[in-house]
Amino acid sequence: MTDKLNQKEVKVIVFQLLDMEYAISVDTVQSIEKVLSITRVPKTPAYVKGVINLRGIVTPIVDLRERFGLTPKEMDDSTRIIIVTLDEYDVGLIVDAANDVLDIPVNAIEPQPAVVGSIESDFVSGVAKVGKHLLVMLNLDKILEPVKRVTSDGF
Amino acid sequence: MDTNQYLEMFIDESKEHLQACNEHLLELEKNPLDLAIVNEVFRSAHTLKGMSATMGYEDIADLTHMMENVLDAIRNSKIRVTSEILDVVLQAVDYLEEMVMDIASGGSGKKDVTKLVESLNRIEVGGAVVAETAAAVVLEDKGSLKDSLSYDGYEMTVISQSFDQGFSTFEINVKLRDDCLLKAARVYMVFEILEKSGEIVKSEPKVERLENEDFNETFTVALITKEDADVLKAKVLKVSEIESVSVIPVTTDYLMRDTSEESAEETESITPTIIEEDAKKGKRNSGVQSGNKTIRVNIDRLDVLMNLFEELIIDRGRLQSIASEIHNPELNETVERITRVSGDLQNIILNMRMIPVETVFNRFPKMVRQLARDLNKKVELEIIGAETELDRTVIDEIGDPLVHLIRNALDHGVESPAERVAKGKPEEGTVTLRAYHSGNHVFIELEDDGAGVNRERVLAKAIKSGIVTKETAETLTDRQVAELILASGFSTAEKISDVSGRGVGLDVVKNTIESLGGFMSIESKEGQGSLFQVQLPLTLSIISVMLVELKKEVFAIPLSSIIETAIIQTSDIMNAHNQQVIDFRGNIIPLLNLTEIFEIPEQNSESDGYQSVVIVRKGERLAGLVVDSFIGQQEIVLKSLGNYLQSVFAISGATILGNGQVALIVDCNALIK
Repeated sequence: MTDKLNQKEVKVIVFQLLDMEYAISVDTVQSIEKVLSITRVPKTPAYVKGVINLRGIVTPIVDLRERFGLTPKEMDDSTRIIIVTLDEYDVGLIVDAANDVLDIPVNAIEPQPAVVGSIESDFVSGVAKVGKHLLVMLNLDKILEPVKRVTSDGF
Repeated sequence: MDTNQYLEMFIDESKEHLQACNEHLLELEKNPLDLAIVNEVFRSAHTLKGMSATMGYEDIADLTHMMENVLDAIRNSKIRVTSEILDVVLQAVDYLEEMVMDIASGGSGKKDVTKLVESLNRIEVGGAVVAETAAAVVLEDKGSLKDSLSYDGYEMTVISQSFDQGFSTFEINVKLRDDCLLKAARVYMVFEILEKSGEIVKSEPKVERLENEDFNETFTVALITKEDADVLKAKVLKVSEIESVSVIPVTTDYLMRDTSEESAEETESITPTIIEEDAKKGKRNSGVQSGNKTIRVNIDRLDVLMNLFEELIIDRGRLQSIASEIHNPELNETVERITRVSGDLQNIILNMRMIPVETVFNRFPKMVRQLARDLNKKVELEIIGAETELDRTVIDEIGDPLVHLIRNALDHGVESPAERVAKGKPEEGTVTLRAYHSGNHVFIELEDDGAGVNRERVLAKAIKSGIVTKETAETLTDRQVAELILASGFSTAEKISDVSGRGVGLDVVKNTIESLGGFMSIESKEGQGSLFQVQLPLTLSIISVMLVELKKEVFAIPLSSIIETAIIQTSDIMNAHNQQVIDFRGNIIPLLNLTEIFEIPEQNSESDGYQSVVIVRKGERLAGLVVDSFIGQQEIVLKSLGNYLQSVFAISGATILGNGQVALIVDCNALIK
C-alpha cells in the first residue's frame, strides 16, 4: 500500500475477478479460506453476503464482484474468501480465485490511469505492471467502509 | 520518560488506591480515633502522589499532597477527625477520581483544585472547616495556629503553675531566611537569648533535630518568662538571618483546648491497645488476601480464549458424532475424556470472567453518606453479599440503575429524622443492599425502612397522569399499585428535588434492567418501607434462546422476551388496517411475519392451515412473530457482528451453533414499536 512505496518491493496477494487481476498487500491479509457456509444478514447492501464463523469469530463477507458492480457469479471450487484485517475489523472478500503471492518492485506501481475497467476509481490505489500481468492495486479502506444502518423502518 | 506504557497500570492502580481511600475514610468516620485507618489512607494517598508525580499529573500530585498533609496532622493528633473534615477529604478523593477518569478517557487529568487545596490547607492549619465568611479570620490566624504546640501533661502542669506564680508563657515562632546558611547556629543563638529571659519548656521540632538542621525554615518554642512579648520579639530579631518572629501568649483557655482534646483521648486511652490489636488482626487478614497471587489479564485476551474454546466445543461435537459412527471403543473413551475435560475448562473460563459485585457496590457508601447529608437525613447503608460474583458484562451495566434506586430510596423512601421519631422509628434509617445467587440468576435487593408506598397518593397521581383509569384503580392489588411507580411519567414527590430527578427515573431503571434480560419488582408496606428486587441473568455473554427456522435459515430469539409459543390456525388471523392481528388470550396483538421482515428468499411454501407463532414482549406490549418451525431451546454464546456491519435492523448479534454455522439473534425490542 502507499506507505510501502519507499521500500524496494512489496509483497502482494494476487486474485482474480472476471478476467482482471487485482492485488492487495500481504500485510493486510490474515488468511485465505475456501468457501464456508455463509449466514445471510437481512437488510444489508447486496454486496454483503452475510457472516461466517471464522474460528469462533463472526466475520462479515463481502462479494467483491458485487461491490465493484460486476455481474455476480455462482461460487465454485476455485472461489476463495480472502480475510483482510483493517484497523477496526476483519472482513472476508469473495474472489473468483486467489492465484499467487508476488513481489512487485515499487517502481512498477503507477498511479491509476483515468479509466480502469468499470471499477469506481476511488477503490483503486494504483496499477502495477509485472511481466505480462497488469495488476490493479486496491484501496481496501475505501472498499470496506463500515455499513451503516440501511433501513431503519422495517415494516 | 515515555510513560504511555505505564498509563494503564497507573489508571488501574489509582482507581484501586482511591477506592481504598474511600473505604477507609468512611470507616474512619465511624472510628475517628483509630489511627491505623488513617495510616492506611495515608499510605494510599502517598502512593498516589508518587505515581501521579512520576506520570506528570501535577494537579493530582498537588491535591494528594495536601490530603497527605491533613492526614498527617490527623495522624499526629494535631487535628481531630470530624465529619466536616472528612467531607472535604472525601471531596478531594472525588476530585481525584474525576481526574483519573479524565486521564483514562484520554484527557489531561487537569482540574482546578485551588479551592479544594485551600480548604485542605485550612483544615491542616485550623483543625476545622470554617464557613467561608470566617475564612479570612482563619487565614489571619494561620501562623499562630499552624505552629501551635501541643503539650503533654507534665508541660501543662509546669505552665499552669507558672501562671499562678505570675509568669507568662509565650509561643515564639521563628522563621529563618531562605538563604540562611548556618541554621543550627542561628537556632543556638535564639535559644541562648531566650534562655536568658526565661525557661524553655518545649520546642518543635525537638532540640536534637534543630541541632542537626533537620527542619525547614521555621521552628517554635514555648517559653515561660516574666518579660513582655514585644521585648522578646525584639531580642530574637537581633539575631541575623531571621526572617520573622511571632510571639503568641499562651493562655489558660488555650491550654484548655488541648486539655479537652487530651481528655477525649484519655477516655479512649484504655482502648488503644485493643484497637491496635484489631488493626494488627486486620493487617494479618489483608496479608492473607495479598498472599493470593493474582495477575492482571486484559479482558480481550479472555475473550479470545473464550472464542478458541468455543471452537473447540464445536469440534468436540463433530468428534462425538464421528465416534458414534465408527464404534471404536478406544476412540469413544478418548472423546468422553475430552468431553469431561472441556466441560471443566468451560466452567473455569466462565468463572474467570466473573467479578464480585463489590466493584459496583463499593462506591455506594460514600454516595449514601453524601446524599444523606445533602438531604438532612440519617441513613445507614448495609451491604450484604458484596462478594456475589457476576459476569463483567452485567457488572458494567448495573451501576447506574442501582445508583438511581439508592437515590430514590433516600429521597422518597427514608423520612426525615423528625418524621421518623414521630412515627416511633429509630432516628437513623436503614437501607440494605443485598446481592445473592439463586439458580441461574443474581438477585440484587434494595430495602429501606422508610415511608413505603402510599396507596392513595400513588393512585391519585396515576389517575391524574392517565396511567390508570379510576375504574381499574379500585381493583388493583397493593403490589400492583406499588409497581405503578415504575411506570413512565410518574413521580409522587411533591417537590422536584435534584436528588432523584423529575420522575423520569424509575421507569428508565426498569427498562435498563429489562434490556439486560432481567426483571424488577417492588414490595412495599406503607409506613414500613419498600423492597426493590432486581433479578439479573448471571451473564450476558451466554443467553438462553429459542431457535426457530425461517425457510432454511436459523434465527435465535432470546427467551427473556418470549412469553410463549403457539400454533394458530391460519383462519384465526384477522386483518386490521393492513396489519395482521390475532386474538391472544383476549388481547388483540399484531402479527409480524419474520420471513418478510428479514427478506428471506421465498420458496414455494404451501400452507397447511397452521402457523407457528412466537409471542414476544417489549415491556407490556406484545407481538406475535410468525416463523416456519421451532427448533428448540438452547444456551448460546452471544457474539457481536463486529464494526463493519453497524446496527443491522432487528438483529442484536450472532451466535455460533453446534454445527459451526452462524445464527443471528433477533432483537425483539426493535420489532415492537
